[in-house]
Amino acid sequence: MKLPIYMDNHATTPMDPRVLDAMLPYFTDQFGNAASRSHVFGWRSEEAVEDAREQVANLIGASSKEIVFTSGATESDNLAIKGVAAFYRSKGNHIITSAVEHKAVLDTCKVLEKQGHQVTYLPVTREGQVTPESVAQAITAQTTLVSIMWVNNEIGTVNDIAAIGGICKERGVIFHTDAVQGVGRLSFHVDEMKADLVSITAHKMYGPKGVGALYVRRRNPRVRLVQQMDGGGHERGMRSGTLNVPGIVGLGRAAELARLEMDENLAKVTALRDRLHTGITRQLKDVFLNGHPTHRHPGNLNLSFAYVEGESLLMALKDVAVSSGSACTSASLEPSYVLRAIGVGEDLAHTSIRFGVGRFNTEQDVDYVINLVVDKVNRLREMSPLWEMAQEGIDIGSIQWAAH
Amino acid sequence: MAYSEKVVEHYENPKNVGSFDKNDPSVGTGLVGAPACGDVMRLQLRVNQAGVIEDARFKTFGCGSAIASSSLVTEWVKGRTLDEAAQIKNTTIAQELGLPPVKIHCSVLAEDAIKAAIADYRKKSVLQIAADTAVSEASAAL
Repeated sequence: MKLPIYMDNHATTPMDPRVLDAMLPYFTDQFGNAASRSHVFGWRSEEAVEDAREQVANLIGASSKEIVFTSGATESDNLAIKGVAAFYRSKGNHIITSAVEHKAVLDTCKVLEKQGHQVTYLPVTREGQVTPESVAQAITAQTTLVSIMWVNNEIGTVNDIAAIGGICKERGVIFHTDAVQGVGRLSFHVDEMKADLVSITAHKMYGPKGVGALYVRRRNPRVRLVQQMDGGGHERGMRSGTLNVPGIVGLGRAAELARLEMDENLAKVTALRDRLHTGITRQLKDVFLNGHPTHRHPGNLNLSFAYVEGESLLMALKDVAVSSGSACTSASLEPSYVLRAIGVGEDLAHTSIRFGVGRFNTEQDVDYVINLVVDKVNRLREMSPLWEMAQEGIDIGSIQWAAH
Repeated sequence: MAYSEKVVEHYENPKNVGSFDKNDPSVGTGLVGAPACGDVMRLQLRVNQAGVIEDARFKTFGCGSAIASSSLVTEWVKGRTLDEAAQIKNTTIAQELGLPPVKIHCSVLAEDAIKAAIADYRKKSVLQIAADTAVSEASAAL
C-alpha cells in the first residue's frame, strides 16, 4: 500500500498506463494534423482519430458519425445546451434541467436565462432522483430541450434517464444527458436511454484530461446544433479547432478498455465501496448515507458524520484524498447545493465526506481508510461540543443558535 | 487549502480540550456559533477569587482553523484578569495563526467565545452575590 491513497475518483481518475502507451506515438512520430489531406502525416492522424471515434461510439451504442470530439465535458455541455437553444430558438425558448446538475449545465442555463430563455430547475427526491413525472409535467409547447444528468457527481445517485428520455421522445423534445460520471462504469446505450445528446469525458474513465466528446443523434430525430466555436469547420462544423490527436487516441483507448473490462471493474469497485461503507458504519454510529441506497454510482460513498465538521475531518485524513460536501474550503460558507437540494439539514451537510473508489484502489487501501476514519471521527467527536450535548441527551435542534 | 504551520500544530495537538462543570460558580461558559454555519465553539474559564483566569477548556465543532483558534485562546486567557482577557481581539488571533481571509470568521468566533464566557461568569457571580445577600438578610431577619 502506498500513501497518500487516492479516493477521489469523481474528481478525476489516474490514467491507465495502457492508455498512455496508446497516446505516446502521437506526441512525437505521429504528430500530423488530422485535417491535413495532402500527406501521410495527416492521413495517419486522421486514421487514429477515426479509430478512436469508433471506440467511443462502441462504448455507448452509437454510430461513429455521431461522435463530436471536444475539450471535455464542460465544453460538451455548453455545446449541447447553447447549441440546441440557439438552433431551435424559433420553435421555443424553454429548457428543463434539475437543481443538482453540474455547474457546467447550471451556469450554462443561467447564461441562457439572461438571453431570454426560460429555464425550469426541477427539484429532486430525498435520494437525489429527478422523477420522470416531474419532467412530463414541466414540458410545455415552448420546451426545446431537457437536460438531466445520468449519475450525480457528489452523491452518486443514478437517474432513470431511460424513462425521462422516453417522455422527451414522446413529446418531441430533445434530451441531453451529462453522463460523465457513469459512462465507462455502468453500461450505457444511447437507444436504450433514448438520449439525443450525451456529454462524456476521458479523465473520469482512466483517460487523459482535456478531451471529451458529445454524442449528437443523427437519426430519429436528427439533432441540429449551432456551433459555439467558429473556424476551420472540423467535426462536421460542430466544433472547429485542430483535433487533439493524442488526447483523442487516449479517450478512444480508455473507452475501449472500459467496455472490455466493465463487468470485472464494476464488480471490483462495488465490492470495495461496500466494504468501506460497512467497515465504517459497523464501528461508528450517527453516520448517514447521502444519495440513493441502490441506484448509485458503484464507487460513490457520500456520508455525513454527525457532530464532526467535514473540513476538519478532511484535515485529519491527510494521507487520504477525498472531498468534502461542506464548501467551507471555498469563499462561501454555504454547504453543497446538491446536499441542500436533497433536503440534508445544513448542520449535517457540514459533516459530509465524499469517497470516490476507483479501480486502482485495493482492499488494503480501503481497510486503511476505514481505520483512519473511525479513529479520527472518534477523536473529533471527543472535541465536539455537539457530540457531548447529544450524549447528554440535549436536542441540538432545540437550542437557539446565533447565526453568524 | 494549505494551512499555516501554527494551525496544523494546534489542530494536531490541541491544548486544553475538555469540559468543566458548567454549574460550578467559578466557571464561566461561552457557547457561540451554530451547527448550520459549520462551527460551534464552547469555551470555559475557571476564575479565582481575585478575578484571574486560572484555567480554560474548549470543545469545538468546526474546521481546523476554528479548532486552532479555540486552542490558542485557551492558552492566551490563562493568567489574565477578566478585563484583560476581554481585550483579546480577533485580529490578533488571526495574525498569530496566519489565517487566510476566508477563515477570519474563526477568529471572530473565538473572540466572541471569550466574551460570552466572561459574561456568563459575571452573570453567575451577580446571581451568587444576590443569593448570598438574600441568605444573610434572611438570617438577619430571624
